[in-house]
Amino acid sequence: MTKSRYFAPAGAMIAFALAMGTAQAQEKVVNVYNWSDYIDESILEDFEKETGIKVVYDVFDSNEVLETKLLAGGTGYDVVVPTGSFLARQIQAGAFQKLDKSKLPNLKNMWDVVAKRTEKYDPGNDYSINYMWGTTGLGYNEEKILERMPDAPVTSWKMIFDPEVVSKFADCGIHVLDAPTELIPAALNYIGEDPDSKDPDVIAKAEDVLMAMRPYVQKFHSSEYINALANGDICLAVGWSGDVLQARDRADEANNGVTVNYVSPDEGALMWFDQMAIPTDAPHPENALAFLNYIMDPQVMAKASNYVYYANGNKASQEFLEEDVIGDPAIYPTPAALETLYTVTPYPPKVQRVVTRLWTKVKSGQ
Amino acid sequence: MSSSPPPAAPATAPQAAVESPEVARQGTQKLLKYLVIAVPYLWLLAFFLAPFLIVLKISLVEVRVAMPPYSELITFVEDGWIAFHGSLENYLWLWDDPLYINSYLSSLKIAATSTVLTLLVGYPIAYGMARAPRRWRFALLMLVILPFWTSFLIRVYAWIGILKKEGLLNLALTHLGLISEPLTILNTDIAVYIGIVYSYLPFMVLPLYANLEKMDLSLLEAAADLGCRPIKAFWVVTVPLSMTGIVAGCFLVFIPAVGEFVIPDLLGGSETLMIGKTLWTEFFNNRDWPVSSAVAVILLLVLIIPIVLFQRQQQRSAEAEA
Repeated sequence: MTKSRYFAPAGAMIAFALAMGTAQAQEKVVNVYNWSDYIDESILEDFEKETGIKVVYDVFDSNEVLETKLLAGGTGYDVVVPTGSFLARQIQAGAFQKLDKSKLPNLKNMWDVVAKRTEKYDPGNDYSINYMWGTTGLGYNEEKILERMPDAPVTSWKMIFDPEVVSKFADCGIHVLDAPTELIPAALNYIGEDPDSKDPDVIAKAEDVLMAMRPYVQKFHSSEYINALANGDICLAVGWSGDVLQARDRADEANNGVTVNYVSPDEGALMWFDQMAIPTDAPHPENALAFLNYIMDPQVMAKASNYVYYANGNKASQEFLEEDVIGDPAIYPTPAALETLYTVTPYPPKVQRVVTRLWTKVKSGQ
Repeated sequence: MSSSPPPAAPATAPQAAVESPEVARQGTQKLLKYLVIAVPYLWLLAFFLAPFLIVLKISLVEVRVAMPPYSELITFVEDGWIAFHGSLENYLWLWDDPLYINSYLSSLKIAATSTVLTLLVGYPIAYGMARAPRRWRFALLMLVILPFWTSFLIRVYAWIGILKKEGLLNLALTHLGLISEPLTILNTDIAVYIGIVYSYLPFMVLPLYANLEKMDLSLLEAAADLGCRPIKAFWVVTVPLSMTGIVAGCFLVFIPAVGEFVIPDLLGGSETLMIGKTLWTEFFNNRDWPVSSAVAVILLLVLIIPIVLFQRQQQRSAEAEA
């Protein structure tokens, strides 16, 4: 792992994609659509060397964009990486094809602890394999938080949901993920309700919690907080585990006197799963299966996790993980901590509308 | 853009049955004229009307979990019958929730304010350019057009760097001792106004410049001869004469500003309510294509009706003058 891995120039990736793009007409191609900053690019090169199948790699930064493309059809992608709750709805819509498990011998490497949980979205894990998983918790700037509140309850959701506490940090900047399907469950969990509730009356209770937090939030955004935390522009964020850990590393490298920490709060946090699946109309399904099988190779998966700081669902890969990944409870929670994590299922369309409306109200005050 | 259409070609009066070569020539000319007109009409048909009809169709149906994520408007049943499943439910929904009406109103307000601001900034620029020595004009024109050579998105991003708390503007003001605490401009409506005025300024300046440059300066001399002071002459001669340029510039700024998405998304705060953002949420977060299509159809009506009314009124006043 090199120190500068997170600054891997986007230009290189684009040039790579363009160079590969010209090969699209040929037979031996696989079109992969993954989250941005979510793979060690050498994995793609190794795959090409090993199989002779060219990888055309393209990235997105929100589940919503991916879903809109998938449901419109004809994306031309062979492998896509939606998050579990989105995957479940897309399976229902008929967007994916069943995996031919006889072509995936590396399935034996997968971790039952994760597989059991992903069955909630994909019964029998028939349509997808786990790529990475993580939690949605709190990232904070140690110096600035302790300076304002020496006894800050840093391992609790009180940091963001208790107006008494969160108001103390408003002056140093707070960002919150622009993700209603993650924040509403967090708010419900905080007040002791079922985070996975689909009852509009229960969901409405989240409004008070979120409205109490709102005056102190500088921005609702799902990626700016990485840099903002690392630079010390903000001191508190509700964010995804691996992203906060990337911010921690950037701050370390910059040596700017900023210490970033990630906690998955004691009250419990959302556990989410990014799943690789093959669209129904994928032009190269055979190559996609080869790619999925390659990704499930223990050493390949370990390489990916060592690079992005997210945990994976591959048991056999664990012996190849670096100590600062497997040994970090922020990435691989202890069995006791794992018990406090919860998962959520997709909202039905009518309830989704209630959720989005509530979120618009929280964000805009309208 | 708002002046009356060119007078229609003199209608060929129904002549006697005698087919003169003159009539035949006029016939081919007419055919050619229709052919020339047909090209832009086909263009509009293919790239404006057809997509609009698709959006209209989706706005009448229901959302469902499928590919594509909406139900069919027309289905074929046996015996050659077709069934129609449309309803106006999505439009009624827009009326039920004040969010949509507030978004439309807020967009109109932001667009109107920005248009006035752009006019206030753009008019002096265009006036200065049009009255500058002839040899400078090309260079000045280039200065207005030059920013187009950089991507619009990058120019809006640049404003983030200028307006943010530790940005260039706050640094400069702090160093000059004008402020002690950095100003919060980014993520507010003010930043949106700055972004729109900056981005659309050329669309205001160019039509105004074209108009002012053509102005007959001897009219100002005549006004001066009759004892009119320059400032008054500007208001009673120059401004009324440049009215078509003002109207053209205002439309070119106002119309795209109403539906603007990128500027409020990047520079605006979470309170900035604009219909473009509401549409995005409807489409991507709610995944409700039918309702977002209804939002788009209403947006089009909101923009087209005033334009049509305005054009009618212009035409009438032009006819009254003639």
